[in-house]
Amino acid sequence: MDSTGKPTIAVYKFTSCDGCQLSLLNMEDELLSLAERVEIAYFLEATSRTLPGPYDIALVEGSVSTPQEAERIRQIRREARFLVSLGTCATAGGIQALRNFADGEDYAQLVYPHPEYLKTLATCTPMAEHVPVDLELWGCPVNKGQVIEVLVALLNGRRPNLPSHAVCLECKRRGAICVLVAEGVPCLGPITRTGCGALCPAFGRGCYGCFGPLPAPQMEAMLPVLQGVEREPGESARLLRHVSGYAPAFARAAQKLLQQEGKS
Amino acid sequence: MSRSIHVPALARVEGEGALHIALKDGQVAEVRLDIYEPPRFFEGFLRGRHLQEVPDITARICGICPVAYQMSAVRALEKALHVDIPKPIRDLRVLFYCAEWIESHALHVYMLQAPDLFQQDSALSLAKLAPEVVQRGLRMKKIGNALLAAIGGRSIHPVSACVGGFYRWPEEQRVRGLLPDLRWGLQAAVETVRWAAGLDFPHMEGDYLFVALHNPLEYAILDGQVRSSDGKTLSEEAFEGDYLEQQVPHSNALHSRTRQGQTYMVGPLARLNINFDQLGPAAREAAREIGLRPPLRNPYKAMLARALEMVEAFDRAIRLVEDYRPRGPIRLALPARPGEGAAATEAPRGLLYHRYRVDERGLIQEARIVPPTAQNLARIEADLWELAPRVVDLPLPQATLACEHLIRAYDPCISCATHFLKLRIHREA
Repeated sequence: MDSTGKPTIAVYKFTSCDGCQLSLLNMEDELLSLAERVEIAYFLEATSRTLPGPYDIALVEGSVSTPQEAERIRQIRREARFLVSLGTCATAGGIQALRNFADGEDYAQLVYPHPEYLKTLATCTPMAEHVPVDLELWGCPVNKGQVIEVLVALLNGRRPNLPSHAVCLECKRRGAICVLVAEGVPCLGPITRTGCGALCPAFGRGCYGCFGPLPAPQMEAMLPVLQGVEREPGESARLLRHVSGYAPAFARAAQKLLQQEGKS
Repeated sequence: MSRSIHVPALARVEGEGALHIALKDGQVAEVRLDIYEPPRFFEGFLRGRHLQEVPDITARICGICPVAYQMSAVRALEKALHVDIPKPIRDLRVLFYCAEWIESHALHVYMLQAPDLFQQDSALSLAKLAPEVVQRGLRMKKIGNALLAAIGGRSIHPVSACVGGFYRWPEEQRVRGLLPDLRWGLQAAVETVRWAAGLDFPHMEGDYLFVALHNPLEYAILDGQVRSSDGKTLSEEAFEGDYLEQQVPHSNALHSRTRQGQTYMVGPLARLNINFDQLGPAAREAAREIGLRPPLRNPYKAMLARALEMVEAFDRAIRLVEDYRPRGPIRLALPARPGEGAAATEAPRGLLYHRYRVDERGLIQEARIVPPTAQNLARIEADLWELAPRVVDLPLPQATLACEHLIRAYDPCISCATHFLKLRIHREA
């Protein structure tokens, strides 16, 4: 709380594209009233005014890819009562975590014109690998409605109501034609958590997993289906190794597919 | 006497950077724009991916201008495959891009730069002082986002663009339903130009080399030739030969210069100065009303260029929506062939160049991306060298603010700029 009794919010950026922070600035209808109810105590992209911690809620965008970032998240954790990982980078490493799979191409061994100027870790990891996280919010980018739900719930001392069903179910609700069954397009909808509203299938294309794997995805059933519709070798593994590729369920599945291909 | 201006973390910019200026005996001894935003390895990740995955991956370079990263990517890949895009698809891409200019420019004008001109620390505090101004900016931004979502499914990392066109025509009713908002937006953009023209900008005139895409038929957004203010014109493919990047010790972003070693500026000011004659009727009228004639050489006044570009973007969006007829093919079949292609488009922050080499399976062999902010960084530092001696006698907080305002006026996207360190694989023989 600040001196006026308003809860304080801090927003931080790590290795990321800014998109999840932008989701906050994209609350065009809610932003000004939110600013009345809470004290935005630290949010560099929005304001040059910063108040010292501790903070009631810390929203953290991005993944940890440098030694400085690994230290910084520990500092933030010490100052935050409730720490939320905002989006797929903070929750599962995001697109940058592709460096963790560098296969024969060790990104740590990459040579720049002047590699000595760079300080970067060999891996790019989610917040929870470094500190305890109180709530993980998926999405690449996060769903603005879900961010509002989280803030409203926390401010009212209740548990946020976030969906944990599959994109596939959302797709049926929308009445969209199944791209996987009807057109043989590889789609992660049956094993991906909803949050987008089944956007990609509605556009006639396969889901690529922005909101991460379901809590208990049926991988054993899904992988043969994906392999059955592959248009070229490696397609399913690449689909799994996308923005949520470092999420354990997707990472294991992609690994399995690649091993099978290696054998065949 | 020594003093220094030090800003450990720049605010109201996209991404992370710090500023350090050292002054000695009234002279500037050092200017450093430290880019400590972590390096990312997109050009490395793209290798081995199928070309159709590229627009989804490059979008993740920037949450604020994903459309720019998708459009430069699909155009470069279509060139590699020798695929020509028909006019209805091109029109839809221009409309998509107009939406991003609106959203990004409204964000910058109202939320990032305006607070500096009113001695405020954010749009939130500005909203207490001038609520109608901030509300206008937020509504313009919202309309840009709504148009992005109508075409791309969502405004951040949209899902509709692909190599060869789009996955689907956007719903006609939803797109047309935005016309009243777009017409309001055009008026609001004209109001923005009038309002911005009355603001008290710091005085500064630079002798800049401006670089932008140029298209004789329209204010270039999606395609054109690379033109510089010294009269040189190149094809998109020739860009890399004349504009070079170098790595500097204090920065995780590369700095660009011309082949002759000169710094240059890309972005709204460069576009306005190079393409003023191509502005549409609404933007030309707005410029006439405030007595603006190119060249505009005050970097702080890039805000005027952004405001005029919002007029242009709304005006063009209205015409494109009025003419929108979702008929005919929306996605062309792609040939399986190896090739190499390069293309540039005008991201909100300036010229964005992509080049790709693909094999016969459509897998990426090599990717090269030059983002606008990396091109502007050397120019921003050069401006700071000029500005610093003039603010040296001001109290430190004012001097610091003057420098920060200058940086913010460029709308640097530090996140974008750090993603493209040149990658070379080092392997033991």
